[in-house]
Amino acid sequence: MAGTQSTAAALSSSVASGTVKARDILERHLAAIEAREPEIHAFNLVTADEARAQADAVDAAVAAGRPVGPLAGVPVAVKDNMCTRGIPTTCSSRILEGWRPPYDATVITRLREAGAVIVGKTNLDEFAMGSSTENSAFGPTRNPLDVSRVPGGSSGGSAAAVAAGFSPVSLGSDTGGSIRQPAALCGLVGVKPTYGTVSRFGLVAYASSLDQIGPFATNVDDAALVLEVISGHDVHDSTSIPQPPLALRDAARRGVQGMRIGRVTDLPGGAEPAIAEALERSFDALRAAGAEIVDVTLPSLSYALTAYYLIAPAEASSNLARFDGVRYGLRVEAADTNSMYGATRAAGFGDEVQRRIMLGTYALSAGYYDAYYGKALKVRRLIADDFARAYAGVDAIVIPTSPLVAFRFGEKSADPLAMYLCDIYTIPTNLAGHPAMSVPFGTGDAGMPVGMQVLAPALGEEAMFRVGGALEAAAGGAK
Amino acid sequence: MAKVARLARLDIDASQVHHFTEQLAKVMTHFRDIDALDLDGVAPMTQPWPLVNVMRDDVEMPVLDTDEVLAAAPEAEERRFRVPPIIGLDG
Amino acid sequence: MSTFTNPSDVVATAGQLLPGGWELVVGLEVHVELATRTKLFSGSPNRFGDEPNTNIDPVTLALPGALPVLNRHAVELAMRIGIALNCRIQPCIFHRKNYFYPDMPKAYQISQYDIPLNADGWLDLPSGVRVGVERAHLEEDTGKSTHVGGATGRIHGSDYSLIDFNRAGVPLVEIVSRPDIRTSEHAREYAAELRAIVAAIGASDAKMEEGSMRVDANVSVHKPGTPFGTRCEIKNVNSIRALGRAIDYEARRQIDVIESGGTIRQETRHWDDAEGRTHTLRAKEDADDYRYFPEPDLVPLDPGAEWIESVRAALPPLPAARRAMLQALTGYDPQSEAVLVAVERGQHGYVKAIADAGGDPVRALIYVTQAFAEQGENPVVPAADVAALTVLERDGKLSATQAKQVLAEIVANGGGDAAAIAAAKGFEAMDSSAIEAMVDEAISADPDAWAKYCAGEEKAAGAIVGRVMKASKGKADGKVVSAIMQSRR
Ligand SMILES: [Mg+2]
Ligand SMILES: [Zn+2]
Repeated sequence: MAGTQSTAAALSSSVASGTVKARDILERHLAAIEAREPEIHAFNLVTADEARAQADAVDAAVAAGRPVGPLAGVPVAVKDNMCTRGIPTTCSSRILEGWRPPYDATVITRLREAGAVIVGKTNLDEFAMGSSTENSAFGPTRNPLDVSRVPGGSSGGSAAAVAAGFSPVSLGSDTGGSIRQPAALCGLVGVKPTYGTVSRFGLVAYASSLDQIGPFATNVDDAALVLEVISGHDVHDSTSIPQPPLALRDAARRGVQGMRIGRVTDLPGGAEPAIAEALERSFDALRAAGAEIVDVTLPSLSYALTAYYLIAPAEASSNLARFDGVRYGLRVEAADTNSMYGATRAAGFGDEVQRRIMLGTYALSAGYYDAYYGKALKVRRLIADDFARAYAGVDAIVIPTSPLVAFRFGEKSADPLAMYLCDIYTIPTNLAGHPAMSVPFGTGDAGMPVGMQVLAPALGEEAMFRVGGALEAAAGGAK
Repeated sequence: MAKVARLARLDIDASQVHHFTEQLAKVMTHFRDIDALDLDGVAPMTQPWPLVNVMRDDVEMPVLDTDEVLAAAPEAEERRFRVPPIIGLDG
Repeated sequence: MSTFTNPSDVVATAGQLLPGGWELVVGLEVHVELATRTKLFSGSPNRFGDEPNTNIDPVTLALPGALPVLNRHAVELAMRIGIALNCRIQPCIFHRKNYFYPDMPKAYQISQYDIPLNADGWLDLPSGVRVGVERAHLEEDTGKSTHVGGATGRIHGSDYSLIDFNRAGVPLVEIVSRPDIRTSEHAREYAAELRAIVAAIGASDAKMEEGSMRVDANVSVHKPGTPFGTRCEIKNVNSIRALGRAIDYEARRQIDVIESGGTIRQETRHWDDAEGRTHTLRAKEDADDYRYFPEPDLVPLDPGAEWIESVRAALPPLPAARRAMLQALTGYDPQSEAVLVAVERGQHGYVKAIADAGGDPVRALIYVTQAFAEQGENPVVPAADVAALTVLERDGKLSATQAKQVLAEIVANGGGDAAAIAAAKGFEAMDSSAIEAMVDEAISADPDAWAKYCAGEEKAAGAIVGRVMKASKGKADGKVVSAIMQSRR
């Protein structure tokens, strides 16, 4: 793993200046993958050949004196629910096994234009439905810090890839915490940007009104760098906010002097003691850095789980209806089309996906819409209003990312509700559409990393990164 | 739940339906917590960011290659997607 | 005080009731494909008759990760329809209508549900009847299935089906009438007038035979003063004539069922034009549960007063106004063949232009309907050239026969001086003294015919007129000839 530890920022500048070859950087990372991937299973597919071609193209550009992008020669792993032209995109599902998209997702296009080198497609809970990456049709991903434990999910493969040094940064998608929770469980920085700042075009939808793509990195600066590359308006996504890419350079180093940071007094309990203590230490650190800690309340927060697990499955039940064995992907032959649908979908989708499709279909069905989906949309409004009230008095809010550190395989997979409860601290910001990031802050049970979560109002990424940077600095000292 | 499985086009056997029903019952019980809320006059929130009138001009964009697309289909014939007889569906 | 309210309070006149005193109740659902260049939510072409599966893109095929983006021109065309149908054009959103069918790629149709773009309008039929329009909403079309094998080539008993997605995602406006229609004649009138309107405003080519206009009829019967009967939805009506036949058949069928003690079940029925009857397609189960919910991939649409007014201002005159104009100009009945043809072709303005250029209005209308079928809305022939010809005929300088020949040449050459062409053809105008001489010759040549004519036997005139025409080689004006004969009588 030696030589795969420098930051993405450092790598790209040394590549741009010609002091290091993108190809050499890639080979070092491919070697790291070779050494440890069999044990970790971060990837559904390692695209070594395409990556080598991209790296060589970057080196050729540098040699020819042509300008290269801000991620020149930086290896990036991408979650296997983002479309890559001609490269299999499976969502870790049998139903899409072997399907090769005829087009690139917008984030993939932007990575390529920035000179990034895509090293592979990472494992996930099938269709991003899960919090442990145990729901992959192709087997679980292990936590590089303790292979007897889960990396979190659903973007567990992208988190493990960075934690194992397979790539300095990676992309995940976050619908209810699927970037922030695995970042916390793997000791990384993970960012869920404001809904609408990163294009969803080419991201295979789980829950359209909640999904956002974001980065994993070993440090706050690299997360900012990747976010600058992938954010910004996209005409192919009607929900994309018409504004230029985020500008977050050095935000992490601006400090928190004079900032007002919220401490939620009615936070739903259930967090491990060590995590609760870490939260208090984080407030001390921020106070020491010059911020004012202000108590806020979010009374509707405890209803977020219910709202989320009605809205997300409802949208998913519709989004996943297109997997019908007619145009692409798996088909199980049957005597008539209707039987073919049922057989194909039952064989192609795993249990958790089928559970959520059933849940969502039920929540939308005649006679139940008002009692379930309709109500959930109103609760969603209450939660957004709570945040609006809180942000009238503070610039950001800090809460834990996950109520527990990385757990062992099988510990929660038996009981869906127990698994759902892992998302209790991450779900609210998806419902509100706000940005949130997880920053490593000390360790908890069994020495596993703890993640502290910084929440900010819509388009409040700059404030969020300032606080994230301060926590990172403090954690560095605290270790 | 069997009706829901039919609506969702999931051919799952009775025992599986039973299994799901048990698991989901527990979840649905938890979901009753929002019944306590007074939601009268609360506007449903369908989207996080208030955009309106996002439209494109009526101009042609590149199309996909028919052969490439049909090659990825489970079954195709005469430049069309082939499916088993359509019965038990409206139309 | 009645204990029920029907969704329409229109009452049939005694003359409109069906045998046995039954009242027919019809509501029409009309789908028109909008005349856009591209699809409703993607940039692939909206074009009829292309090679299968060539107008496809990630959105059309519902590839994973694809997202819809609304076509502004489709919205504008839908607004034109709303304005033409006197609808309220309102802020609205899109919903997903979820159902599985192989020609529906996403397994949901993006449509509009509780808040359509256009609501609460009406359509006035030429006969004077007003039919309420409940809504006219935007939605996307499906692909096309071809059923292979089996005896009929129909869906039932076929061996398999083939799907072409070229039509999937083509913009549609679904226009839903209120159940205000009480006769099959009015239903046909409604469909014909609606087709004329959407064509006149350039919203759709509305060709029923190509499927760019599709009409479904909700038909029920009941006794006046009682609640409406159970309705059946009739599909696969491919012409306006078929619409009338299908409704008449279905009404008769329902009456027979009820009068023989049976009951009507709500179902969708398929019109077989060859057999002249409807078949059960499927019972409307409660099982079709579309699970409508707001489309999260699209944002709300709010046309706003400014846009609406600019569309309204640019709207061309509607067929009714065009017919009224021609009636005022020519005195012809607005429903007369000539008027309908000129309006259908959009040549009403050209007829007006000929009259404005000093032409004879009636002849202008006749010339245009007879000789300008291939010319489109703005014929190249200068209106003044046609005007000059109408005057020559009116003033008896040319006979109708001669005028026709001159007109043919003018149209063929895209214009020309009528008088010069007439002269070149040797159609020199005959002065009436020459014609009088010919008439006298004819009278002396056939005294019996003349006697009969004078005795009041009008048809005897034919023999005399024939001789004059022969003598003049068709140059004499028939009207002038009979005028002279009258004076000699
Ligand atoms: Mg309909
Ligand atoms: Zn429709």
